[in-house]
Amino acid sequence: MTTTANRPTGRAIYHGSRIPYPTPTVLETSQELWDTGDVMTVNFGPNHPSTHGVLRLVVDLYGEDVTGLFAVVGYLHTGFEKNMEHKTWWKCITYPERIDYVSYQNNEYVFVAAVEKLLDLDVPPKATWMRTLLCELNRIHSHLVWLGTSALELGAISMFWYAFREREQILDLFELVAGYRMHTRYFQVGGLAEDIPRGFYPEARKFCDWMPRAIDDYETLLTRNKIWLERTEGIGLLSADDAIALGQSGPVLRASGVDWDIRRDEGYLAYHQVDFRVPVFTEGDVYARYRVHIEEMRQSVRIVEQCLDRLERMEGEPWIADDRKVVLPPRHELHTSMESLIHHFKIVTEGFRVPAGEVYVAIESPRGELGCYVCSEGGPKPWRVKFRAPSFVALQATATCMSDALIADMIAIVGSLDTVMGEVDR
Amino acid sequence: MTTPAGDWAEVPGLVGVTEEHRETTITVEPEHLVDAALHLRDERGFTFLADISAVDYLGYGTESVSGFIGTPGGRDLNAPMTQGLQVVPAPKPKRFAMNYHLLAIATPPRRVRLQTFVDDGESVPSVVRVWPTADWHEREAYDLMGIAIDGHPNLVRILMDDDWEGHPLRKDYPLGGEPVRFSGEE
Repeated sequence: MTTTANRPTGRAIYHGSRIPYPTPTVLETSQELWDTGDVMTVNFGPNHPSTHGVLRLVVDLYGEDVTGLFAVVGYLHTGFEKNMEHKTWWKCITYPERIDYVSYQNNEYVFVAAVEKLLDLDVPPKATWMRTLLCELNRIHSHLVWLGTSALELGAISMFWYAFREREQILDLFELVAGYRMHTRYFQVGGLAEDIPRGFYPEARKFCDWMPRAIDDYETLLTRNKIWLERTEGIGLLSADDAIALGQSGPVLRASGVDWDIRRDEGYLAYHQVDFRVPVFTEGDVYARYRVHIEEMRQSVRIVEQCLDRLERMEGEPWIADDRKVVLPPRHELHTSMESLIHHFKIVTEGFRVPAGEVYVAIESPRGELGCYVCSEGGPKPWRVKFRAPSFVALQATATCMSDALIADMIAIVGSLDTVMGEVDR
Repeated sequence: MTTPAGDWAEVPGLVGVTEEHRETTITVEPEHLVDAALHLRDERGFTFLADISAVDYLGYGTESVSGFIGTPGGRDLNAPMTQGLQVVPAPKPKRFAMNYHLLAIATPPRRVRLQTFVDDGESVPSVVRVWPTADWHEREAYDLMGIAIDGHPNLVRILMDDDWEGHPLRKDYPLGGEPVRFSGEE
């Protein structure tokens, strides 16, 4: 038994599987080590600045080596799924946003898409393009929060200020569109809640011109920074097979060399009509995850620009489906049309009805595969809603990634899995 | 709508295959769940378990049909949403459904839903050996829905407190579920 952690020097991810047995999420200290009497069990969290929320890790330490670990979650459990069963369909839309409070538009979209799938409702192209645009802006936003906080945890405090400077610009764009900086609730079943305001396109263009230069700045600060490299390279290894077996998705999966992106491979919204590249790195370490995030931000800027090209030519087109049984009638009609008034009243008080059935919709959220399973009885409320939260699954990889880590690497590893505890605990 | 088993006839313990909303649902007997899972993973390439969703169908489709005054469910004209359903959905064979959403990372990618039904008190075999990612998903199904998972290496509550009573996502568990202090409802 060596006292220092075995760090692979080459770039090859390990051979075989490192998933702990019998419980895949619990790393157990061997009896041999316990017998030495030098193993110390340390409680980490639940309230610790680097746990991205309230995550508790119980860690067995032998010197500075992590020999055992298990995670305790649930401190943020708020019963979103139970609450949604008691709200009408259109009121439910506010809940998914709050599940993952960093990538709210993607969460909002996945639920709306599931309801639209049950209803068999077609969405006008303008709404589809705007949804694509906002989802990508939201991806940049989420990656910026990840980058800023993860770098901060490893001591790069200026990274945090730079990342949050650009995040502020994105929040301003959201405010311009929806009136809210976070939890915008801009997606409606059938399209968008309001038309896109004038003045949004030039502001978004300004942001797209600025953002690539900002990403260059981040890279100047980190990509070849010696301290950053030493803290992240070869740390938290996860092989492609283990990543798939543990259900990892998104940047974690792509950093382990699996070329899989739901946006490109399954195609939803307008992603099959835009040109973008899916970054894949094969090292499977924290540094590779960082590179994936950076590269994805660049690609997202490209997607936003292409969406703007389309949207600028769609002035005056409808932004929501014309289905009066589901979509609220235009406000001005309420003064003149009895039918519209009745529809408005019925939708607001009872809500619309969704045919019985069950669907599972999966999208590529900034954190990976975000799934929404919706079951309907045919009534005005969902029978059951279940979210496949990518953070919940990502945390399951902690034990595997930590299998030969030092205690100081734990912060980098947990950070690199990009978890949002609101989503883990729902 | 049940379709012919077709491609899926070889799945062990097959009960039926349905095709709805461009999604395939394969229903199997709970006793053969692990065999079916291994078959789908090894023979059909579904190496990725995306999600496990447990559903409680207690009271599903028991509301009466709307548009007819005098239904047994009754309708309170002063209270919205008491008028029942427009169509009564098909009943479910048992109270709980476990839905395993599988993905084959291939070109083109394929998704399938593996479904099994159990009653209260019955258990579902664990698929942790097949897909390690099932660990926390199964713990969540046990914690929130009270479905016993047979053979899970670490079946303890995950989201609720360890000493919590009841399983909150069950339909007979009230919203709120605990008295609010100083509200006069204790």
